[in-house]
Amino acid sequence: MFRNQYDTDVTTWSPTGRLFQVEYAMEAVKQGSAAIGLRSRSHVVLACVNKAQSELSSHQRKIFKVDDHIGVAIAGLTADGRVLSRYMRSESINHSFTYESPLPVGRLVVHLADKAQVCTQRSWKRPYGVGLLVGGLDESGAHLYYNCPSGNYFEYQAFAIGSRSQAAKTYLERRFESFGDSSREDLIKDAILAVRETLQGETLKSSLCTVAILGVDEPFHFLDQEAIQKVIDTFEKVPEEEEGEDEAGEGEAEAAAAAPAEQGGAGAGDQDVAPMEM
Amino acid sequence: MTFTIPIENGDAVKIAEAESQRTLYPYVTGTSIVAIKYKDGVLMASDMGGSYGSTLRYKNIERMKAIGKHSLLGASGEISDFQEILRYLDELTLNDNMWDDGNSLGPKEIHNYLTRVMYNRRNKFNPLWNTLVLGGVKNGKSYLGMVSMIGVSFEDDHVATGFGNHLARPILRDEWHADLSFEDGVKLLEKCMRVLLYRDRSAINKLQIAKITEEGVTVSQPYSLKTFWEFSSFHNPTASAEGSW
Repeated sequence: MFRNQYDTDVTTWSPTGRLFQVEYAMEAVKQGSAAIGLRSRSHVVLACVNKAQSELSSHQRKIFKVDDHIGVAIAGLTADGRVLSRYMRSESINHSFTYESPLPVGRLVVHLADKAQVCTQRSWKRPYGVGLLVGGLDESGAHLYYNCPSGNYFEYQAFAIGSRSQAAKTYLERRFESFGDSSREDLIKDAILAVRETLQGETLKSSLCTVAILGVDEPFHFLDQEAIQKVIDTFEKVPEEEEGEDEAGEGEAEAAAAAPAEQGGAGAGDQDVAPMEM
Repeated sequence: MTFTIPIENGDAVKIAEAESQRTLYPYVTGTSIVAIKYKDGVLMASDMGGSYGSTLRYKNIERMKAIGKHSLLGASGEISDFQEILRYLDELTLNDNMWDDGNSLGPKEIHNYLTRVMYNRRNKFNPLWNTLVLGGVKNGKSYLGMVSMIGVSFEDDHVATGFGNHLARPILRDEWHADLSFEDGVKLLEKCMRVLLYRDRSAINKLQIAKITEEGVTVSQPYSLKTFWEFSSFHNPTASAEGSW
């Protein structure tokens, strides 16, 4: 994307029907460190890479508990993410108070998306610069949604956002068809493996990633470092097994590549299609 | 320089306007509701009377209504406030349906919503003058609860409002048990309603019984109970109380 005369204001259309400020906001999401989400019928796992400003500081928190049955992972401007998490917590608790019942996640993401849309249609506002992977439960089971700065939201079986997320997405594309019936443990393992893909060769350690899980009979909680390290140990020790798995995986790759709208073709490098229009 | 002439109790004008905007007394009222959980869901009974003070003015008032797919609401107290509550719930269920997302408000959610409404109105000294009974079934689970005009709210296996609390609940405490059949449930409710008919002056002999199960709500056609007035002491009522009438 190049600087042009239609990108100063979020309320200015370009002649080709694009809102550049919104697209630039989506670029901000790509700059954040990776966040990954996947779901089975009964569980959702959120994982992210721990990035620290410097060796001296602690890493930024990217996964937030919204309620016992909803969690969110963010990528992009973490400040915007924090504010939106607070909004989500507020909506969730207000619903619980009035109805004594958990807010269905599908309704929460619509509230979020409507809030984001407002920022794309006011000259005195700017779009939120954060992408949110919202995992939660409602009456029909576990769901994973991606909320975009554009005000769009999509439901996913599995998704990754942030920098080097394409590598994770490729991994997930190969395996997503089995996630629906995955056991809780397999789902966690797949999440950590997907995180590993984004590290591009760096050794995976439990200190580098944060994993959280929620499920039909399991309130949202973070996995502790030991639990994560145990899962890492199961695959880091046996590299030959991994290669065997990959070969079997490639056969599925073609079938998975044909899998349509779900992955929305984030079209890396496809500069002519406005990402928000998928 | 200006000065205002002090008027004694000048605020009365403003307060009078405010006073006329809040509920002080009920006008057209419905009497008891009695409800029980049974094998397939919830049974609720009410008569069709609307009293205007001591006059039994209206005799065709339906005091039980279906709410959404899963709930049944019965009300005693001010009928116009009950109608107002039905409008609130109408809006609520309409918005719930518009989501069209496979999620729906069950009886528990409606009960809690009503509790919030009743309690908040009470805090503003402008109550909805009703005692509400909310029953329903969702995902196989039966639910029965009650909210009063001051926001007191609870769930139970059997509930009653107004006179029903004093006359019906003792019967229910003795004779209710889990997994009543439909016929036994109706018999039990009729027993309670008969006592209320004899002893509650605002009750009329035209009642409806409503049933809610997983399939939905059915409200029966109005019917009357058989009563017996030929007790020997009714023949010469003043025999043991000279001078009375």
